[in-house]
Amino acid sequence: MTAALFIAQRLSAAVLAFAVTVHLATILYAVRTGLTAEEVLGRTRENVWFLAFYLLFVLAIAIHAPIGLRNIAREWTNWRGRSLDVALAIVAVVLLLLGVRAALAVYLPIAMYLR
Amino acid sequence: MSESKLLHVEVWRGAAEGKFQSFDVPRREHQTVLDVVTQIQREQDATLSYRFACRVGMCGSCAMVVNGRPRWTCRTRVSTAVKADGRLRLEPLKNFTVVKDLAVEMTDFFDKNRDAKGYFEPHKSWQDLSQRQFEIVPPASPQRQAADAGIECIGCGVCHSACDVVAWNEDYLGPAALNRAWTLVNDVRDGGQEARLGAISGSAGCHACHTHMNCTQFCPKGIAPTYSIAGLKRAMVSRALGRSAR
Repeated sequence: MTAALFIAQRLSAAVLAFAVTVHLATILYAVRTGLTAEEVLGRTRENVWFLAFYLLFVLAIAIHAPIGLRNIAREWTNWRGRSLDVALAIVAVVLLLLGVRAALAVYLPIAMYLR
Repeated sequence: MSESKLLHVEVWRGAAEGKFQSFDVPRREHQTVLDVVTQIQREQDATLSYRFACRVGMCGSCAMVVNGRPRWTCRTRVSTAVKADGRLRLEPLKNFTVVKDLAVEMTDFFDKNRDAKGYFEPHKSWQDLSQRQFEIVPPASPQRQAADAGIECIGCGVCHSACDVVAWNEDYLGPAALNRAWTLVNDVRDGGQEARLGAISGSAGCHACHTHMNCTQFCPKGIAPTYSIAGLKRAMVSRALGRSAR
């Protein structure tokens, strides 16, 4: 692993340590007395702080997970080289798109996202 | 201890393919594992191959796997290594190609010192002797102390045998070569840092270490290559961020 990937993985890990804690604590706090989906969305829609937090979370995941998977693939299989890097770049993009979509889904006040 | 007591020893015979051969060796007080191997080779089976030189823990040539643990056999007493049932199982070091019986091919291992730029490169001002005859290196300076912590490596290969990452990735430079590189990163007289940090930053370099600490646990000299590798990671990050390696 190059120094750049190493640094990217460690920095994203630091973000994740914070973000996962906030994410789990928020879930536990929010549902402790029972919340409907509507009540949850009422708190998340158009909340810029909420969106910013989850975009940061998603970015950290999209950086951290593919680098870790790349290391695992290199250690446990013979898969090396450009094809591996391209495959994991695709994983990164997919994670990023799915994550951003999910964050926007609870942020944007658009009817199509309402159940 | 009575000499009539016998130690049951199983010794690997062959190379990559082979089998264990059993010997009974007279048990003696303060007997080392190397004494046991020598007794077998001299008194019972002269075809047994193994390697040793100094017998006092300096040369690093007698390392073997003793009851599953890599050890320097000249400084390992039978009493500390033997199983409760009085058996001793001797194998060649893991992660090395076996030449024959207990002797392994060390060439790749030593080549990794070279690949990690584990040799001294005097910096330019030091080469000009008219300018500076001696480099003053205060023994108490942090860099000298960091180098001292890893400098006593005898190249026995115990850490290399114990390392999981070496087992997974034969290209990995390994704890011994990386420890050597770290001592040189801390050598203020050295001018080859850029090439060295480049050499140890690839996919086979310091970032591949999983910090399992097997090397540190088994090093007979009490060196902690894991900490040396952690130091290299820090030096690499500093270099990548454009700061001085030191």
